[in-house]
Amino acid sequence: MKIHEFQAKELFRKSGIPVPRGEAAFSVEEAQRAAAALGNFPVVIKAQIHAGGRGKGGGVKLAANAEEVKQLASSILGMTLVTHQTGPEGRLVKKLLVEEGLPIEKELYLSVLPDRGAAKIVFMASEAGGMDIEEVAAKTPEKLIKVFIDPLIGMKGYHANELAFGLNLSGDLAKQFSAMAMKLYRLCVDYDCSLVEINPLILTKDGRVIALDAKINFDDNALYRHKDILEYRDLDEEDPFEVEASKFELNYIRMPGGNIGNMVNGAGLAMATMDIIQQAGAAPANFLDVGGGASAEQVENGFRIILADPSVKGVLINIFGGILRCDRLANGVVEAANKVGIKVPVVIRMEGTNVEEGRRILNESGLNLITAKDVSDAAQKIAAIVKA
Amino acid sequence: MSIWVDRNTRLLVQGITGREGQFHTVNCKNYGTSVVAGVTPGKGGQNVEGIPVFNTVAKAVRETGANAAMVFVPPPFCGDAILESIDAGLPLIVAITEGIPVMDMLRVKNYLKKSSSRLIGPNCPGIITPGQCKIGIQPGHIHSPGHVGIVSRSGTLTYEAVHQIQQFGMGQSTVVGIGGDPVNGTSFIDCLSAFQADPETRAIIMVGEIGGSAEEEAADFVKEYVTKPVVGFIAGLTAPPGRRMGHAGAIISGSSGTASGKIAAMRQAGITIVENLGEMGAIAKKAFAKALS
Repeated sequence: MKIHEFQAKELFRKSGIPVPRGEAAFSVEEAQRAAAALGNFPVVIKAQIHAGGRGKGGGVKLAANAEEVKQLASSILGMTLVTHQTGPEGRLVKKLLVEEGLPIEKELYLSVLPDRGAAKIVFMASEAGGMDIEEVAAKTPEKLIKVFIDPLIGMKGYHANELAFGLNLSGDLAKQFSAMAMKLYRLCVDYDCSLVEINPLILTKDGRVIALDAKINFDDNALYRHKDILEYRDLDEEDPFEVEASKFELNYIRMPGGNIGNMVNGAGLAMATMDIIQQAGAAPANFLDVGGGASAEQVENGFRIILADPSVKGVLINIFGGILRCDRLANGVVEAANKVGIKVPVVIRMEGTNVEEGRRILNESGLNLITAKDVSDAAQKIAAIVKA
Repeated sequence: MSIWVDRNTRLLVQGITGREGQFHTVNCKNYGTSVVAGVTPGKGGQNVEGIPVFNTVAKAVRETGANAAMVFVPPPFCGDAILESIDAGLPLIVAITEGIPVMDMLRVKNYLKKSSSRLIGPNCPGIITPGQCKIGIQPGHIHSPGHVGIVSRSGTLTYEAVHQIQQFGMGQSTVVGIGGDPVNGTSFIDCLSAFQADPETRAIIMVGEIGGSAEEEAADFVKEYVTKPVVGFIAGLTAPPGRRMGHAGAIISGSSGTASGKIAAMRQAGITIVENLGEMGAIAKKAFAKALS
């Protein structure tokens, strides 16, 4: 799960990690009040969306006086911000963060996350702050410091030293930085974060270390033990189809620009099915895994969500019936199709236990259901639908 | 021969009294797996279909000589359940549970490294040596004994692979689902290495997906150490970056973990790539002809 920068900074504050003074604003008036409360200029107006690259996209501006605050807040609120992470359709800005402007001496990069390959918690740090870290890793890997921490041992002083001295910090700055890194580690572990990133982390001209930006992603599997984090969920930032699917605990992802809806049991087979749709010359409109077991209820809800998408011109159902028998599944599909009402052609490929009986049920249903004998056959039939 | 499980496997089931645990325990038993014990704290002394239930893994192992565990414990308690089996010294632990927090798995993984236990999964269909032993939720009847070893990150995609090679008359030595989580116990390399050493396995199918770099590392290993023919498939060519595709581990981060990157690495290692899922059986038949003759 992703959260906004202003929410991440709220968590930072709670954890004792220094951030600029400021507050969130949902209207121009609130932005003006927030700026006035800061007491002096310049202030920074930052668009709050769940995507990076906001500065380059024109979503972060410096206001030198009250008039500029009003002007900039009005222009950023309601703008469609396009960044390298939003895709070409961009994201509507509905929230702002208004913060004090700080005198920057130097920008650094710092992040902490679980490393899947090493099975450790890893800190990444670089003196090339403000830059995309992937770019730093690719172009100048020697500038990227990585410190791995065994979660059974936890973070120790020497880990912080490796980071601080690696960043060429000394004296009081090194001390401030190390204290911050220790707190970040605790935050990452205690809140089951999948990423905590500060880019840039700044050294100010008056000798302070401050998180100028804040990004936190959470492990969805651990949200059950962080009810407070769930409060941060912002449905405005999610695709409405995906929000609907999440109510039924369906693994659904919308693929803008696709024309073939698909429903599959199992994540791997679902991805592979999207791939064969593309290889057949069509475009998948979604990813939908109804689960290895695929209950009749899941099938019905999945059907409804896929068919609600107006760009869907045909549907491919690909089910490998293992424990779940194909005849029962076929009954579920027919029932769901009758309830939901299908207006586009549906190709069904099913395999596994009692497959003949399952195919018979589908063929005799009187519905516009086309059965395919295997994966290749299904792909060809879908391609034919799109070409027609 | 086969890898890791066979007729001598004596299985213990953690979470045996839950709905899923009970259902799949019975399926494993009916398949022929020797299921000797169940564990559910507080339900010691009961039995499930004649299988005695114990309060702790340690006691179950002492009293029944179990040498493998299948774990169906719900996600919030599953990390602990795996640790319990490691502490009880079980050589093989198969965790089916989906949804264990990554932080829990990081602790399990680092503890596991210091032990002699092997963990398969979590978030996996399990492991099966056809005709001998099934530990997991796979449909047993689609398999048959043979000489192709299969390792996969996905459940139903594994069944698809088994089904397709069956159509071409190829049976399996052992089929291992290593799971779709970002942090898991057994890797592709562990399986490839075991298949290479197993005389019963003459050819290998490796099914991967987007996310992480396990397939790339496996490709390097194949190039260096595997002399048996390997056929590979990667799911997720059309997956958008930054989205979690069902499996917690199936996510492209920035430019790493893409399907095309994995396919290129595997091809470079001499692995025969299946581009179109529908052709897996036919391609395997051709690639394995000499090895299986």
